[in-house]
Amino acid sequence: MSISAEFAKWKEGAYGKTVAKFPERKQVFKTSFNEEIAPVYVPGFEDPQYLETRGLPGLYPFTRGVQSTMYRGKFWTMRQYAGFGTAEESNKRYKYLLGAGQTGLSVAFDLPTQIGYDSDHPMSDGEVGKVGVAIDSLKDMEILFDGIPLGEVSTSMTINSTAGVLLAMYIAVAEKQGFTPDKLNGTIQNDILKEYIARGTYRFPPKPSMRLITDIFEYCAKNVTKWNTISISGYHIREAGSNAVQEVAFTIADGIAYADAAIKAGMDIDVFAPRLSFFFNAHNNLLEEVAKFRAARRLWAEIMKNRFNAKDVKSQMLRFHTQTAGCTLTAQQPDNNIVRVTMQTLAATLGGTQSLHTNSRDEALALPTEDSVRIALRTQQIVAYESGIADTIDPLAGSYFVEALTDSIYAKAKKYIERIDELGGMVEAIEKGFVQQEIQDSAYTYQLEVERGEQIVVGVNKFQVKELPPSNLLKVDRSIQVSQIAKINAVKASRDNELVARKLAEIKAAAQGTENLMPKILEAVKVYATLGEITGTMQEVFGEHKESVVL
Amino acid sequence: MSQKIRVLIAKPGLDGHDRGAKFVARALRDAGMEVIYTGLRQTPEAIANAAIQEDVDAVGLSILSGAHNTLLPKVVEILKSKGAEDILVFGGGVIPESDIPFLKGQGIKAVFTPGTPSEEFIKFIKENVRKDG
Repeated sequence: MSISAEFAKWKEGAYGKTVAKFPERKQVFKTSFNEEIAPVYVPGFEDPQYLETRGLPGLYPFTRGVQSTMYRGKFWTMRQYAGFGTAEESNKRYKYLLGAGQTGLSVAFDLPTQIGYDSDHPMSDGEVGKVGVAIDSLKDMEILFDGIPLGEVSTSMTINSTAGVLLAMYIAVAEKQGFTPDKLNGTIQNDILKEYIARGTYRFPPKPSMRLITDIFEYCAKNVTKWNTISISGYHIREAGSNAVQEVAFTIADGIAYADAAIKAGMDIDVFAPRLSFFFNAHNNLLEEVAKFRAARRLWAEIMKNRFNAKDVKSQMLRFHTQTAGCTLTAQQPDNNIVRVTMQTLAATLGGTQSLHTNSRDEALALPTEDSVRIALRTQQIVAYESGIADTIDPLAGSYFVEALTDSIYAKAKKYIERIDELGGMVEAIEKGFVQQEIQDSAYTYQLEVERGEQIVVGVNKFQVKELPPSNLLKVDRSIQVSQIAKINAVKASRDNELVARKLAEIKAAAQGTENLMPKILEAVKVYATLGEITGTMQEVFGEHKESVVL
Repeated sequence: MSQKIRVLIAKPGLDGHDRGAKFVARALRDAGMEVIYTGLRQTPEAIANAAIQEDVDAVGLSILSGAHNTLLPKVVEILKSKGAEDILVFGGGVIPESDIPFLKGQGIKAVFTPGTPSEEFIKFIKENVRKDG
């Protein structure tokens, strides 16, 4: 079929039907000189490859976007990652952000919570409440979401090795508020493979970790049906120093590993794949980044269709969250970071992201202050409401440069995936240190280029000024550790400890067998077993992961 | 005189940000030093023990989680209690300027924040390690 015929079909079909059901933001989108802007622009000449490699918005291979109206229908979700200190303080920040026009919550947990240590564990010393909120038991989770109706917001939780426990707590709080699990919207990161590669909050070895993940897939497919059960993350791979191709390749290779594991556990691809979501980084190189997002969509769609025989188009769609690149923020002249974040916001939205977190200018120095967070959110709002980039879909398509980059990132990422297949898949490639080594080589090369002045970082290796040390940084009080420990003791004194012991024993038995762990974990959190107790119980069976150091 | 400077690069606490630590380790190695990298999630005890066992001249502690005021002084304290106070201890990571005087008072000899060129910390180590070894 010709492009023009396919385009006409799309206008009537995919696009027309969507608009009839969900009207666009405006009746007519117009230029400053009063010309109507079309929903999407396509080549005016016949390009034999176009439909196969680019297609139309909302249609396979989704290079041009996963929805047929994209931001003409609804802007991306503006979702700021936040959380620090106690559940009370974070609850206040969430209410502030919702009040400021944010449309979804994103919870940052402190490191002990992410790894499964209670605040009174020796390993937690000094870390409690530092990079996120401290959650020890259901009690903390009840405070965290106090006054926020969980059936009406969507919540993203950055939690991996202990994702099952935190999701169970979320379900339990929602039930207390009167919402059944099928009403809940949100995402757990639940991507353990990139923790071994780049982020480091693993607890158990790869094999039992993969089992926990497939248990969550299966449990949610039946009970928490609208939940995104994983956010397969390239973000941290990029932060660790990979290049754009490696970010796409390793993230998609992780996705393949999860799909393989779920199929091996007996699930049908079209049952779990529609709930898989992705998480990418938005770096400074605007055009390269736009090409990256487009290439990733095409690659995933093809893999789902051809490698996994996925029939449901929802299985083929690469939906993703984006965060602007933390590693590009400079401690020097921190206000310059606002400009960097603006470019990265453009990269993410011109690349068709579903949701976005914009970093705050002061994050190379400390946790962001409320003022900085507001500017970061306003950056997204200015791009959305004032720049016009949201008026037509995939506006950079057809740029010779962007299209060439899209093709080369696609092809090079595919090569990497073949290489990983040869190594026996992603779990093997990680165990062999291949992925880590590739990333580190890129990171080292980049840093040397910065040192030699071949890569300019404004304010760092060029255009420096003498600066006073920054003031007004947000600091987390050390007393939080003390108050968290007091809270744990109070919970332990008021709960039915025999019942807790019984529930923990049931988790242990399930971990030793093959039964799905999620229902057992949910029962345990409801009787106020702590995160540390539940994780510790599983560790008795699963063991603890030890990093193989690659330099 | 030709003996190489030995450095232990360590990640105290729970944070998994090791890009900086690994860069420093490789840069020091490229500068002719012998470098041991501990990997993630090391307790201050484990770091001090490794430093003594490996007979290093310097220990570099990389931390980005905000737990520096708790964990960095502990490493110095344990080294001291084991009679190894001559090992040079320095730190790096996202550490606010206002915390640096405190850390220096606790025996952390230098703190390098993001954007520090490698020649700066290489020079610092060469000039400050114990001269008798």
